[in-house]
Amino acid sequence: MTPMPAAAPWRPALARGVVLRHDPVRGADLLLLPERVVVLEGGAGGVLRLCDGVRDVPAVVAELAVRHPGAPVATEVPAFLHRLRKEGWLR
Amino acid sequence: MTAPPEAPAPHPSPAPPGPPWALLAELTHACPLRCGYCSNPVELIGRSAELSTDQWSDVFRQAGALGVVHTHLSGGEPLLRRDLPALVAAADGAGLYTQLVTSGVGLGERRLAELTGAGLRSVQLSVQHADPAAAEHIAGARSFAAKERAARLVREAGLPLGLNAVLHRGNLDDLDALVRLALDWGADRIELANTQYHGWAARNRAALLPTPAQVERARARATRWRERLGGTPELVWVAPDLVDATAKPCMGGWGAVSLTVAPDGTVLPCPAAGTLPGLDPPNVRDRQLAWIWQESEIFGVFRGDSWLPEPCRGCALRTVDHGGCRCQAYALTGDAARTDPACRHAPERPLVDVLLLDAARAPHPPGYAYREGGP
Repeated sequence: MTPMPAAAPWRPALARGVVLRHDPVRGADLLLLPERVVVLEGGAGGVLRLCDGVRDVPAVVAELAVRHPGAPVATEVPAFLHRLRKEGWLR
Repeated sequence: MTAPPEAPAPHPSPAPPGPPWALLAELTHACPLRCGYCSNPVELIGRSAELSTDQWSDVFRQAGALGVVHTHLSGGEPLLRRDLPALVAAADGAGLYTQLVTSGVGLGERRLAELTGAGLRSVQLSVQHADPAAAEHIAGARSFAAKERAARLVREAGLPLGLNAVLHRGNLDDLDALVRLALDWGADRIELANTQYHGWAARNRAALLPTPAQVERARARATRWRERLGGTPELVWVAPDLVDATAKPCMGGWGAVSLTVAPDGTVLPCPAAGTLPGLDPPNVRDRQLAWIWQESEIFGVFRGDSWLPEPCRGCALRTVDHGGCRCQAYALTGDAARTDPACRHAPERPLVDVLLLDAARAPHPPGYAYREGGP
């Protein structure tokens, strides 16, 4: 019997039809969807810019930990990413 | 009649408008379909009066600079604009998220590839009924097979697909089949939108108005589907304001969220607002979009809540429904500044009750009046 392969790590990326852009008029990062606009708060846009389908979640967290030393990224970022996956905005 | 909920006094003067989020670009009034529920005007704008490629491109640039982030490329049938890929590219280049709103007729493989290459992000496809013959009776044209193919191509292209079904007496009883069709076709979003009686649809009101019992059965089915699907795909029920006796928050508030540019460049707060008298709608050929949004009379006249009539002024619902639909108030009472008669608290609500009673009593609704000829 062969051992079960470990699940491939999740490499988050924006779901199809989802666009991340900065809105200079409102000074905010936005997620654009077919019938919806989501205004991103705080550093959420910076987190999503790292979701390139190449980095896995620990890599995203590590990158943010370097940028924001002392911030609770190890707990908050994975929870944020999973919430967006549940919404269907990340795949 | 119940008393309207009480609310604090309205603000004395409206705040300056924030930037608009969305642009409805009605690229052409021409359409291969002749749906009885069409909410475009009875008098369509002719093809020779349409804005040019350069003019539309400039509209998208101005819209982006003004703060618009979303555009619905609509019509009529936008695929009848041969320059549609160039228009998509212009909108995309202006930072706008582009959604094609289409009948699906004319959306072949090559056309779709051109559009996605130009930056098209998503497609909303209309469906009239799950049964091909019934669908084509409502649409007044052969179209079902083209829609089925369009849905498949959009899925294969990897674009999000929304299906929009306008609901009325002729299809509310078949809502389950419509939802199953949308699931078969792989829709990411299903919009079940009860008819708005504007433009051509007002002509067919007697044929389209459902009975309250029909609406209740359909609403219960939609609710069951929504619970069963759990958000994938998303299922949206756009309520029938007349039957529900509840005014709709039209366009999210007048001049608050979005603007409409008609095929000839006329700019309107909502697609039906061209019917309102005395407001002299501005045109992008003469004025900048920013001036139109911020300064024009037509965008300011019903913006905010200082214009509200009684009983809206003292009603808590005004923050939800903004007094309802101005075009419906005008169509039914002759005065666009009245409370929308859809509302149970509106003084003119009895006008709507009469329409609904007549529709419910008619054992066989009349056939549809179809548009003849193109614009």
